[in-house]
Amino acid sequence: MIEVRNLTKSYSNGEKAVDNISFTVGEGEILGFLGPNGAGKSTTMNILTGYISSTDGSAVIGGVDVLEEPIVAKRKIGYLPEQPPLYPDMTVDEYLRFIHELKKSKLPKNTHLNEICELVKVNDVRGRLIRNLSKGYRQRVGLAGALVGNPPILILDEPTVGLDPKQIIEIRTLIKQLGRNHTVILSSHILPEVQAVCDKIVIINEGKIVADGDLEGLRSRFKTETDEELSLEQIFIKLIYGEGII
Amino acid sequence: MAVFKRELKAYFITPLGYAFIGVYLVFSGAFFYMFTLTSSTSSTYSFSQGTGSADFAPMFSLMFFVLMFTVPLLTMRLFAEERRAKTDQLLLTAPLGLFELVAAKFAAAYAVFLISTAVMPIYGIVLSNFTEVSWRTITGNMFGLIMVGAVFTASGLLVSSLTENQMIAAILGVFVNVGFLFSSVAAPYVEIKFISDALRSVSLLSRYDRFTIGLFEPQNVLFFLSIIAIFLFLTVRGLERRRWL
Repeated sequence: MIEVRNLTKSYSNGEKAVDNISFTVGEGEILGFLGPNGAGKSTTMNILTGYISSTDGSAVIGGVDVLEEPIVAKRKIGYLPEQPPLYPDMTVDEYLRFIHELKKSKLPKNTHLNEICELVKVNDVRGRLIRNLSKGYRQRVGLAGALVGNPPILILDEPTVGLDPKQIIEIRTLIKQLGRNHTVILSSHILPEVQAVCDKIVIINEGKIVADGDLEGLRSRFKTETDEELSLEQIFIKLIYGEGII
Repeated sequence: MAVFKRELKAYFITPLGYAFIGVYLVFSGAFFYMFTLTSSTSSTYSFSQGTGSADFAPMFSLMFFVLMFTVPLLTMRLFAEERRAKTDQLLLTAPLGLFELVAAKFAAAYAVFLISTAVMPIYGIVLSNFTEVSWRTITGNMFGLIMVGAVFTASGLLVSSLTENQMIAAILGVFVNVGFLFSSVAAPYVEIKFISDALRSVSLLSRYDRFTIGLFEPQNVLFFLSIIAIFLFLTVRGLERRRWL
């Protein structure tokens, strides 16, 4: 469903935000994109969604190259950036209707939006201005926006950042639910979240992939000197900060 | 269409749209009163007392200067605010082309300008109660104003796409517009001929003045349309370029 090949993003000062990364995500999989702040997670997601361009390599979404046919590729993606792109002067309902029109969705507007609002539980705030919503609700509205048009691929950049524990559990449950019908890429630096939600994990550091695979595969690959399996957290620390910290 | 409707509505959710129309009406009304209805040497005269003029050109020419400063206020937030609030991520990852996006934003701001300009024929109707008016001249003036408004809207859109600070966008917009004005003013003082000619040829004011005397010359219409197209094209290219940085 998603094929990333030798993707590189260099800035004008020569610095590489993403350095020759490759990975694939199969249909219906939830991929966890794990890495410390500034590792290149958001940059990769921004390239996949067509927000920025790669310097080298390719990103193919559902058989369509993002650079060659950006509009076709974008139709297949629902994107929730780290900061949900919300217009505070709109009500939730106006915002979702706007996105429905913006994405030129052919799905019946009222039924489709009712279903989404039901799914992400924003029905009770549909008439409220976005500026008056809590952080948790804003995140849900952002997620609702990503779901408009029922795109087969969802790209969620740190979807639980800034939420309280109850909201985090709710959003995680929702993502798992969405994973039944969508291919999902989820970025996070919260390890239990990735562990709880994702089928596959890609660990990225300083723009490079340092490990990838499913959790079991990673655990069997990274063991202690006494052959004990490591937790995801221990693997992450080992890969990002080196051996000494464990 | 979604972006156009959202932008147009946004102008009237905030005071910006009303403020622009208000300022436009105040200035055009004041100029109409001062330079048309009571256009004698003494401000105590009035048209009903037998003074005044059926000449609209001063009013329209002065509106050129008002628009130079006010249209950038209308366009300053179009892209700058989206970038600051990171809502541009929604627009630029949606399945719509950059030109479609730029055209929608341009059309929304321009629509507010056109709503304001719709008052202009009323001045002609008012004046026609007192004297015979040249509708050809009024139409020419209006057409010129509409063209100038489109150029200022397009230039404002371009500078708004270059920054995420609305105030900087507004100030830059005014600078670009003043630059157009001064190109003709500065031309005679430049000794190098081709620069002087170039400055003269990009002057909006001299071409605008042709409309104000009722002359619809195709080359002038084409000039305005070209400048608008160039600004819109540069805006699209600017947005495209940002993706590669």
